Amino acid sequence: MRLSKIFKNTLLVLTACLVLSACATKKEVATTDSIKGQMQGDVYTGTDTVEYLADGVPDRVFFATNESILTTASRETLRAQAAWLRKNPSINVVLEGHADERGTREYNLALGERRANAAKDYLMTYGISSDRITVLSYGKERPVDSGSNPLAWSKNRRSVTVKAN
Amino acid sequence: MLKKILSLFIILIPINAFALIEVDITRGNLNPLPLAVSPLSIDETSRKSFEKILKKDNIGSEISIIVENNLRISGLFNPLDKKAFLQAPDIANLKPRFEDWNLIKAQALITGKVNYVDDKLRVEFRLWDVLAAKEMMALAFTTVPSNWRRVGHIISDKVYERLTGEKGYFDTRIIYVSEEGPKTQRIKKLAIMDQDGANNKFLTLGNELVLTPRFNPTSQMVTYLSYFKNMPRVYLLDIETGTQEVVGDFPGMTFAPRFSPDGKKIIMSFAKDGKSDIYTMDLENRIVEKITNHPSIDTSPSYSPDGKYITFNSDRSGYQQIYVMKNDGTDVKRISFGNGLYGTPVWSPRGDLIAFTKLHKGKFYIGVMRTDGSGERLLTENYYQEAPSWSPNGRVLIFYRETKTNAKGEGFSAKLWSIDLTGYNERQIKTSTDASDPSWSSLLSN
Repeated sequence: MRLSKIFKNTLLVLTACLVLSACATKKEVATTDSIKGQMQGDVYTGTDTVEYLADGVPDRVFFATNESILTTASRETLRAQAAWLRKNPSINVVLEGHADERGTREYNLALGERRANAAKDYLMTYGISSDRITVLSYGKERPVDSGSNPLAWSKNRRSVTVKAN
Repeated sequence: MLKKILSLFIILIPINAFALIEVDITRGNLNPLPLAVSPLSIDETSRKSFEKILKKDNIGSEISIIVENNLRISGLFNPLDKKAFLQAPDIANLKPRFEDWNLIKAQALITGKVNYVDDKLRVEFRLWDVLAAKEMMALAFTTVPSNWRRVGHIISDKVYERLTGEKGYFDTRIIYVSEEGPKTQRIKKLAIMDQDGANNKFLTLGNELVLTPRFNPTSQMVTYLSYFKNMPRVYLLDIETGTQEVVGDFPGMTFAPRFSPDGKKIIMSFAKDGKSDIYTMDLENRIVEKITNHPSIDTSPSYSPDGKYITFNSDRSGYQQIYVMKNDGTDVKRISFGNGLYGTPVWSPRGDLIAFTKLHKGKFYIGVMRTDGSGERLLTENYYQEAPSWSPNGRVLIFYRETKTNAKGEGFSAKLWSIDLTGYNERQIKTSTDASDPSWSSLLSN
């Protein structure tokens, strides 16, 4: 028998082993109680990482896993940002969209863009011109919290409004 | 240095006709094939000449070590300990005493000779079938001395091909992203190295974030994502000249680039207003074509080797899944239907399989499926790993893996790993820094 044939047989045997072993996967560790106070569902509701564009104007909004839907709290934050932008017509902003590390890099880049655009659309419905807003996605490249746990990931799923000038 | 490698010429001369004896290893088993790599013999004058040029005490031994390592790492061969060899390298190369090699259970034997000829490195090697007591192959190479590592890789490829019936993947390079610094502020540079980690070189300085480099079919160009001036765009880099140019300069973000199999187009995603669609750009006439048009995220496109189909990642069903369509964007079919999320599809160079990343119940898998989505096989499970890239013979996948940090957010690392298509022979590829986003070149010599 040729050597190449033997290798092919090896492949078949190993393939079979793999198919059998692939079924066993472990369950995700449950969210601990200490985290619950800072998260609603899996959206971050704490203030640890939040900075302020002006008094009472938080700079960021947070998202659920794989989502780009704005929560009630997020919409409130964005309305405050819109009011501040209307009061300061010379200020332009960059909306930086981010994802947590639990996704593939390329998809996360797109997801960050979608999140920042969700924030942009909301600012626009409150009268802010699209000329004043630039969208920039960082995907999973710039986490604020380097932790590998649900709370850290929730802080990282965000759109941050940054002064551009 | 790079220029030298790319413009190198290697002359291959068969010393005599190939022996046509097949290796009979029906007595063998599923263990790696035991073989002996005798150090390449070298005369004293040649040894001294190369010592002066290459600062290597014995270049013959150095080349044979490269061959040995390559064959071992392939997982298919078991190079035997040199201490057990009974026959001297120079005599073995003339005519092996097969009974001696048989005694140490070698089934194949590699011998050879190195000469210094007109400022050049001349290497000849022979592959012997120990059981049949026959020569299987004999080849000679002449090249500039600085190419000595490549000579070792080419010998490895020839041996691999003769013994397995498939092309090798040793005379290849890996382009990847070198990573340093804290997780929240990583510094990333494009880097390139030989497949075995040697000749590492940085291609960018780390001033801007760079991601997802991919070779063109001739492995002389690279397309990647750069955040130059904080504008994420697809770029093109000529490795030989170092020239960089933006190719995806649309008003929005361009990302996830790859070359078409003929190297004439770049396929990529373009994100605008929360939607990501797939586009191609013809590199000659710069004509841009929109391939998908959907309010979802369509990304990570990869051509079939014949260029007729494209596989990509979309969340049009609500979650990330893998799709296949014709190269004009028609006939879109979802092919992933298992539990979990699927991303980063990459078409095998053989055309029959698509490798992917799967996320299911908090674990990441690298797997393969047939191009119609059947026969899904998961090769490896981990906390985080993604972005497989195929070896040019379609036998091995390289990908990157990130570690979980501790409660203080410490202990993060990103490393390159490879695994055989069989799900066997999983190995870390050593890099001087942390590393991610590997892309495997084509065979540099054919």
